[in-house]
Amino acid sequence: MAQIPGMIKGLAVTFNTMMRTFKNGSNTVQYPHEKEAPPIRARGVIALHEDNCTSCMLCSRSCPDWCIYIEAHKELAPPRREGGKPRAVNKLDRFDIDYALCMYCGICVEVCPFDALFWSPEYEYSEPSIADLLHDKSKLGEWMETVPAAPELEVGADKKKK
Amino acid sequence: MHSLLAVEIPYWGQSLLRVLGGLVAVLLPAGTIVYVFLFKMMSFMQSRLGPMEAGPYGSMQLFAEVGKWLQKEDIQPDNADKRIFRMAPIVVLMSTFLLVAVVPFGPDAWFTDFETGVFYALAVSSISVLGILMAGWSSANKYSLLGGLRAAGQLIAYELPMVLAVMGVVIQAGTMNLQQIVLAQNAGSIFGSDIVGNPYVLTQFVGFVVFMIAVQAELTQAPFDMPIAESELVSGYMTEYSGFRFLIFFIGEFATAGVFAMIACTLFLGGWGVPFSWFGWTSMDSVANWMNVAGPLIVFTKMMVLVFLIMWIRFSYPRFREDQLQRFAWKVLIPVSLANIMVTAVLKVAF
Repeated sequence: MAQIPGMIKGLAVTFNTMMRTFKNGSNTVQYPHEKEAPPIRARGVIALHEDNCTSCMLCSRSCPDWCIYIEAHKELAPPRREGGKPRAVNKLDRFDIDYALCMYCGICVEVCPFDALFWSPEYEYSEPSIADLLHDKSKLGEWMETVPAAPELEVGADKKKK
Repeated sequence: MHSLLAVEIPYWGQSLLRVLGGLVAVLLPAGTIVYVFLFKMMSFMQSRLGPMEAGPYGSMQLFAEVGKWLQKEDIQPDNADKRIFRMAPIVVLMSTFLLVAVVPFGPDAWFTDFETGVFYALAVSSISVLGILMAGWSSANKYSLLGGLRAAGQLIAYELPMVLAVMGVVIQAGTMNLQQIVLAQNAGSIFGSDIVGNPYVLTQFVGFVVFMIAVQAELTQAPFDMPIAESELVSGYMTEYSGFRFLIFFIGEFATAGVFAMIACTLFLGGWGVPFSWFGWTSMDSVANWMNVAGPLIVFTKMMVLVFLIMWIRFSYPRFREDQLQRFAWKVLIPVSLANIMVTAVLKVAF
């Protein structure tokens, strides 16, 4: 008998939710027709800014799933100053991320010392074939367009010292 | 039936019409219940919209689902008792069709005018237990067997309060004929006032509550859905069923909900009738002919109200534990309904 007020309250919860859905619409959206904006810093897909990459392999080595494949070769670039030696730079041949393996931990983005990897909130890149989830460096470069500007620092946060 | 159409229909024609009517009376409410309550009301109670793509507001979703089930492979486990396995869903659905045979839909619109209609209804409703036990045993699966045994224990436990709750109605109406029970409710009066007739939901309220709880358990709807408790038993006795055999179980579940609600509305809400005092009718013969058309609609409306109650409770409460379920039946519902019978009998003699 002591449970009866609680049981009535429970019925009221579902009934009120039903009436609220009738009046104000549901909490969900009809996905393919309307989309919710992902929250800021959403981890959708990793974008590659190729010019910043020095193929240092830190991302590849820190990846828990070993889903980043990097191949590079050395090239000689013209010296910075007159009369100097030509510089040796690494040119990327291959930079692939296998999104079939990636678990979106974001360690590669954190560990990159040259700001070559970024999170993009895009999430609609599912494929009928699992092999197509291997994004090469041109595909990863295309994601750069979708990377949002870095959010404002919080008030009182440490500014990076130059 | 022939008096209504003013044509003499041969016996085979009448039988054909009855079969068609039975199909409509079982499948139409089942489809409506699935769409309105299972798809839409449940979704709205969870603040989502439910199926929206198939047809306007997803109203054709059920046809898509049926098509999906029909084209699925019909899998039977190697160790299953094949013949029993194939029979089980049909036995379950058959009890639903047998049950609808005694529900009156109008002064002349009935399938059978059965003198002991209540007794028959309560008897054939337990045939579904057989089907469920057959499904559980023949699947050759531990989960199925446990689900089947749980279902049998539960249905037997709740058959009793259901019968005892109906007893009060039978005592008050003085008949077991469902048509006469409808007449007694609509032509009756409470303390001389016949504005609403005498629907037994008012004078037999305890019986109504016990009956609806027992119906909830008979239908194995939550909070009484231990036989198909998915977190413990996968899907209980339905675990091994797929394709159209699962579809038959699925239709059976919701068709039985509709038919039980029809029987509940006949027993407690006045069935197809409106209070006879509104139109000055006194007996079954003076009821206007248009009630044969309006009657099914009235039954349908009352059924939807009762199914709304059943589904509302289903979507709101978590399930009981097995021992709580048995204790509730034997220690609460049966004593309450026995007391209800005693009080009803005493008052029947006193007034």
